[in-house]
Amino acid sequence: MTLLTVKDLSVHFPLGHGQVVRAVDGVSFTLQRGETLGMVGESGCGKSTTARALLRLLPATRGSVLFEGQDLLALSEAQMRPLRRRLQMVFQDPYASLSPRLTVGQIVAEPLEIHSIGSGREEREAKVARLLTSVGMSPAIARRYPHEFSGGQRQRIGIARALALEPDLIVLDEPVSALDISVRAQVVNLLADLQEQRGIAYLFVGHDLSLIRHAAHRIAVMYLGRIVENASSAELYQNPRHPYTRSLLQSVPVPDPARRRERAPLEGDPPSPVAIPSGCRFRTRCAYAQPICTEKDPPLISLPQHSDHLSACHFATTLPMWQPDANAAAP
Amino acid sequence: MIPSQTGSADPLLSIQALTVAFPPARRGGSEARVVQGISVQVGRAETVGVVGESGSGKSMTALSALRLIPEPGRITGGRILLGDDDLLQRTEKQMRTVRGGKIAMIFQDPMTSLNPVFTIGDQIAEAVRLHRRLPRHEAWEEAVQALRRVHIALPERRARQYPHEMSGGMRQRVMIALALASEPEVLLADEPTTALDVTVQAQILALISEIKRDTGMGVLLITHDLGVVAETCDRVLVMYAGQMMETAEASRLFAMPAHPYTQGLLASLPERLAPDAAPQRRLPFIAGQPPAGGQIPAGCPFRNRCPKRMPGICEKPLPTTTLGPGHTVRCHLYPAPEPTR
Repeated sequence: MTLLTVKDLSVHFPLGHGQVVRAVDGVSFTLQRGETLGMVGESGCGKSTTARALLRLLPATRGSVLFEGQDLLALSEAQMRPLRRRLQMVFQDPYASLSPRLTVGQIVAEPLEIHSIGSGREEREAKVARLLTSVGMSPAIARRYPHEFSGGQRQRIGIARALALEPDLIVLDEPVSALDISVRAQVVNLLADLQEQRGIAYLFVGHDLSLIRHAAHRIAVMYLGRIVENASSAELYQNPRHPYTRSLLQSVPVPDPARRRERAPLEGDPPSPVAIPSGCRFRTRCAYAQPICTEKDPPLISLPQHSDHLSACHFATTLPMWQPDANAAAP
Repeated sequence: MIPSQTGSADPLLSIQALTVAFPPARRGGSEARVVQGISVQVGRAETVGVVGESGSGKSMTALSALRLIPEPGRITGGRILLGDDDLLQRTEKQMRTVRGGKIAMIFQDPMTSLNPVFTIGDQIAEAVRLHRRLPRHEAWEEAVQALRRVHIALPERRARQYPHEMSGGMRQRVMIALALASEPEVLLADEPTTALDVTVQAQILALISEIKRDTGMGVLLITHDLGVVAETCDRVLVMYAGQMMETAEASRLFAMPAHPYTQGLLASLPERLAPDAAPQRRLPFIAGQPPAGGQIPAGCPFRNRCPKRMPGICEKPLPTTTLGPGHTVRCHLYPAPEPTR
């Protein structure tokens, strides 16, 4: 069942002198109830801006965000308020996102108070205790302060706060990027457990492709303000149909010296979102670019044999077979 | 012989039984031994990885080589040899010629090394002139050349720009150019690609390998990313809570990790699951948290998180055991052979 439909979302920032930063430039996707959509891309590709705009934490320039049939972008602030409790967010930095002056109990209870949920202190305290237990923390920590906890524990507290209002959707903006590797898997597993128990949908913004593969059911790859490919995790990794996705996958270091690769790294930096190339926006760095790529902007469309796999490439169906270790050094 | 020693016969840099401590934060507290008895060597054209999580002491180990431990920390034991030269015996003034001279260092955040108010050409030229007496215009030419060597397009134009005019990846290249200006023997690279996108990371790692190959420079690479280690390192040292847990050639460490901590780290990597396997929603993990500095227990520091802990045994001092050529582990699962007289 579709929870969220984002259509042609754009976020532009005017710079003056007629220049405009097109941070998000026509993004469309759907998110099903209880599903995790991973959103990946290089820094500056607009993935975090997309996530914030659809929660209306940033003003969108164009487009619509349908949540159960209502366009969030067309609602007044008063109309938006009751919906806000159903849309929550967890931030990257577990050190900056929890107030150092509040106890853990106050942090988790704050959303309940703002939305006047639970009558009286005792009921709220009981709810906070349940929430802390559900993220694997002891209810006794409610009296302690955030600085007493490690990054992984703080992120659990942030998740408990996001769960307090029983949301339908949680936007996770790089939720484990600041954590140590041995702790990352703990938090990803916790998120999966909570999703199974509560049917929450996640929009998981990240840059760690190998982790997102396991954390997400579907993955949308962004480049310069657009989604260039969108497919199920398994399909995207086994049969990527956009040259940019392939470059990203090939850039991920493989933790196995036996599979060490002599790779051809993607050259240069992405173009500026102020001066987006004509036609296909990836063509300036694409090994497969042809004259048509300069002239025509390829739309994000389903592959003929795979309605569930979308790619924005003129050559999506004719790219060579994907061999992840194609550049493997000869033994 | 120091048994936990790893490395080549004729190292450029040899850190031996290094110990770094911070005094107690309050009266009656205990001192924090953030590095305990670490030995690591870097040879010519060799990349040695030091892997560990935050607080494992890996950065402190690198900073010790330049005697740049932040106050009030102190190097309380061990030797740091650059060739035959014991750096711990040098005066502060002599150290200044070593830093950014024979040993250069690059960091995660290039802005910590770049001055925002000077052009990058001026900054590199200044570094060149610190180590070689050259006229200004020749130093400037060297700076442009250094930018070209790190594959910066239009180096003449870029040399006249300021750090803020560049992307993160390009700043990292500039910092590498700056570090290489003195033609160092050893490069200490502390998480040099952690803040970068994977695409740019691949570019920077390729660049470091290329320069290492061309100049014979040795690289000590500090990282938490085992993927980066597998792709670039010849040998690896795994640290936990300031101590060496395991060291081996990279190929051997990944093929037959001996220490339960190394095994746990490798198992928690999603990429290590079979590459074609269907994605699993639950990943293996190491339970618990690393100990905070100053609260490191005696005996094995990993025992509270270790799936193979043996009560009554793991509290004892750790043995150091050689399992094969260059492969050493510190774990009670591998008792040291009885000493022979």
